[in-house]
Amino acid sequence: MTQSSILIWPVLLPLIFGTVVFLIRGRSVLLLSLAGAIGTALASFRVSHAVHQSFTLVHEVGGWGAPLGIVLRADGLAAVMLGLSGLVGLVISVYSLTYFKSGSRKQQLFWPIWLLLWGGLNGLFISGDIFNLYVTLELVSLGAIPLIALAGTRDAIKASLRYLLLALLGSMSYLFGVGLLYMRFGVLDLAMLGNAITPDLTAYAAIALMIGGLIIKSALFPMHFWLPPAHSSAPAPVSAALSGLVVTASFYMVARLWFYAFPALDLAKLGQLIGLLGCGAILWGGWQAMRQERLKMLVAYSTVSQIGYLFLVFPLCNTAVEGSGIAWSGSILFAVSHAIAKSGAFLAAGIFINVYGHDRISELRGAGRQLPMVTFAFALAGVNLMGLPPSGGFVGKWMLLKAAFITGQWGYGVVIVCGGLLAFCYIFRVLEQFMTTPDENAPQLKAPVVMTYSVLSLAVVAVSLGFFTPVLLGVLGVDSPVSLVSFAPEALLP
Amino acid sequence: MSTSLIYAITGIAIAGLGLFHFLSQRNILRKILAGNFIGTGIFLFLVSSADRQADGPIDPVPHALVLTGIVVAVSATALLLSLLCRYHDETGSLTLDEEDDE
Amino acid sequence: MNEWLPLLIPATSLIAALIIFFVDEESRGLRTFVNLTTASLKVLLVVFLLIGVSRGENYRFTLPLFFGFEIVLHADALSLLFVSLSALLWLVTTIYAIGYMDVSHGHDRSRFFGFFSLCVSATTGIALAGNLFTFLVFYELLTITTYPLVTHRGGADAIKAGRIYLIYTLGGGALLLVAIVWLKSIVGAANFVTGGMLIPFVASHQLELTIIFTMLIIGFGVKAALIPLHGWLPVAMVAPAPVSALLHAVAVVKAGAFGIMRIVYDVYGPGVCTELGVRPWLAAAAAATIIYGSMRALRQDDFKRRLAYSTVSQVSYIILGAAIIGPLATVGGLVHLFHQGIMKITMFFVAGNLAEEVHIKKISQMNGLGRRMPITMASFSIAACAMVGIPPMAGFISKWYLGLGAIAAGQGWVVAVLLGSTLLNAAYFLPIVYRVWFKEPDVPFDPPENGRKLEIHLYLLIPPLFTALCVLAAGIFAGMPFSPLAWAKLIALREYGLQ
Repeated sequence: MTQSSILIWPVLLPLIFGTVVFLIRGRSVLLLSLAGAIGTALASFRVSHAVHQSFTLVHEVGGWGAPLGIVLRADGLAAVMLGLSGLVGLVISVYSLTYFKSGSRKQQLFWPIWLLLWGGLNGLFISGDIFNLYVTLELVSLGAIPLIALAGTRDAIKASLRYLLLALLGSMSYLFGVGLLYMRFGVLDLAMLGNAITPDLTAYAAIALMIGGLIIKSALFPMHFWLPPAHSSAPAPVSAALSGLVVTASFYMVARLWFYAFPALDLAKLGQLIGLLGCGAILWGGWQAMRQERLKMLVAYSTVSQIGYLFLVFPLCNTAVEGSGIAWSGSILFAVSHAIAKSGAFLAAGIFINVYGHDRISELRGAGRQLPMVTFAFALAGVNLMGLPPSGGFVGKWMLLKAAFITGQWGYGVVIVCGGLLAFCYIFRVLEQFMTTPDENAPQLKAPVVMTYSVLSLAVVAVSLGFFTPVLLGVLGVDSPVSLVSFAPEALLP
Repeated sequence: MSTSLIYAITGIAIAGLGLFHFLSQRNILRKILAGNFIGTGIFLFLVSSADRQADGPIDPVPHALVLTGIVVAVSATALLLSLLCRYHDETGSLTLDEEDDE
Repeated sequence: MNEWLPLLIPATSLIAALIIFFVDEESRGLRTFVNLTTASLKVLLVVFLLIGVSRGENYRFTLPLFFGFEIVLHADALSLLFVSLSALLWLVTTIYAIGYMDVSHGHDRSRFFGFFSLCVSATTGIALAGNLFTFLVFYELLTITTYPLVTHRGGADAIKAGRIYLIYTLGGGALLLVAIVWLKSIVGAANFVTGGMLIPFVASHQLELTIIFTMLIIGFGVKAALIPLHGWLPVAMVAPAPVSALLHAVAVVKAGAFGIMRIVYDVYGPGVCTELGVRPWLAAAAAATIIYGSMRALRQDDFKRRLAYSTVSQVSYIILGAAIIGPLATVGGLVHLFHQGIMKITMFFVAGNLAEEVHIKKISQMNGLGRRMPITMASFSIAACAMVGIPPMAGFISKWYLGLGAIAAGQGWVVAVLLGSTLLNAAYFLPIVYRVWFKEPDVPFDPPENGRKLEIHLYLLIPPLFTALCVLAAGIFAGMPFSPLAWAKLIALREYGLQ
């Protein structure tokens, strides 16, 4: 066993446990699922830690290397994402222990698919070639969609159908791009592709197809319309996984391709186009979130808005301008903190639905007094979404803003700030209701303990993430595509 | 014009046809079929790319890719069809139009 | 040890908050214990720091975050002025709040005291912040932690007040964010340096620096309630009395004023401010706020609203002190930061006592109240006289040094503003004093409940009395070492490089 073989466990463990859990019945389902979840999370953390300690890990599955075999590669970026999926996945699992009714069919179906989805995500993060990225992305979609449909309502079925149709379109487009690249350059491995690629028509067509397909999957404005119904109608832990991890995974793929496979190409114009879409997403998503009647729809539109921020890295990180690399770390940090905070927000919304039986914002009056801890958790997640200190969202937004200043692209700076103001509006619209005095004869309500504290822990991590920036940057700096050190001239000043 | 180029062009044509129907059809079943058309077109295109070197051996990688792709496409189709059945049971409708939204 | 001390100051109340959030609603004793222990501990720490800093010790905590961005907590003389004010008044206000919550049968006490502590944590963080980044972090934290306090009562008016408060402060915060990132992209490091750090950049970036200065002043001006940004302050009066006291005397408005001081003294520096030509504008805004606030205060019948407009007016003395460059004016502004705090908090304690004990909120109902609540009203009278500036009390010292500074800087018009404002202060405070002591009550006041001998609950009586005595002491013993005046002089000497 070489050290790099630890890479297979974050993928293999959830798949094994998922299969076993699918086959058995009864009480042991929960026990085994929890064991699988803890194991997966630990395996992920172990990889992140190993990468942080030393360097990029590369594992050739079954001893077959590129170009024929499957290569798993965990560099800094992958390690950050693995750590993220480990943390969020673990909390979602703990929360789900009591979310689904014990022994119910939904519970029976949830665990195998969720573990499959989780394994797919981990596989996606450490895939070393563009075709494995495709396979794992499909695995993620095929796991995510049945989980939405698990809610069983008409809205959920409809939303998952629409999502799957679009996901199919997106992945076909991506696959076509992969085919074109392979036809022209004869390689699939990301690193080899990065060296082999030359600017010509085929390459640009392939990039357009691949990134276009991924934009559908990551619900970047104006391809966002499928997301709010899908994310809001799913069961709460599923919404959390979707908004927290699945969307992040699609963004991760775009970033991976952009900075690792296509750095040799001049994509400035495409970057500006994506940046414009990102701005549209920030403003439109925020505006729509402000107008929603239901809490989960509001949180889902907030996801649409926050995805926009992530995509600002493409226009803002311009290797020609020294220092603009801060946008790269900024957007990854933003992705991590958004994933944690958004999962927390959805899980909190799930508790409200669980206790009140609905999520109509105007009727959640007085929740602050009836369910103080859940409200607190939601507020903490909200602080992150608004980008207030000391949350990771604040640091991420700060970095993006700074990149906008350094590259002289003021317009993006304005949008970044406006998006934050919109977030204030929609988060405080909810918090105002929570702070209002409840009705005279409002019943005493009790929040489910395990769920409440799992949400709270996630929210606390999200809000204190700013303090862990050095750790995250330390991991992210391992084989980073853009320099994370050279652009800190102020570090030398007194 | 080499054989593989004909295959490639045919593949793109099938995919284009599928895309057109995917976007223009409202019936979900037809959309699913159109989606499969796109897939088939792309697979055909991929297979044709195996003949990259004019007189060298055939590259086996695209075949492996296509096989994997087919598996994925079949699973996705199966999932789509079962969701559609469920949707039809619930609503009696085969379209995703907004009119039937309350 | 010197490295960790500045961190301990905000940490004590942060830890208190974390414990209190999880304390059961009914465990009054435990909550009180945690509150008072941490508050007293903080006062002790501050005393320790005061002695150290006066001896020239250096207390600095640094936590690097990313690429030259660090959390820096640094105890210099200026920050200690603010820290000692907040530590002292937090202890007093905590005692008051414990009594207040008992008397008014308050709900959600764990939430209340938790955010109360967090709020003080943020305030001391602002005071100790060693660079603009850290300052912004704590400044935004303060906004967020005060929101649940302002809306604590949960009624429609409280929610509305909270919304107005947020619109102002978060808007200001967004402006600050842009300004600070912009400034950092020009300057690089932005640690506070006594005497300013922008001298090398003035020539090349004159216009940018002026725009950034304006944005920073507007951003801080929201919390400091400079007109026309003061709209939130009178509305936020719906908050419970201890919160109003904290907002007006220690936390929010002071954070804004303190931010402006940091900008003028330690970021731009007095010299650069003069060179950019921004000082007259700042002075004009402060003077206009002083007069406008007083005029509005004169016309309020609601007691708390009169106090609120008085705050609008009084806080701008501090800003005026910063705007007139010169050691004497600086001393005046700095000492007023402390003096205004103890004077105004006394008044808000009194307002709270009146509302809770005899259910009086309007000035027109206060006739003869001195007989029913002699100690409370005596405290008020001391604070009011001091506010007007009757020698030798605290307010006089502030105004005297501001006036001297203005004359030394050749800004004679400021003296006119000070005189006019003093007259207005007298016009809106002294009639209350007269009314309370020398008029007959219109209707009999509610008697003390269940035969209590004291005029009000003990916890509600001690704080105003204590702060009123502080007001007296700050004036009478102004010449002693460690008095607010002596400390302000120390800061001014260091700022202007005279020591």
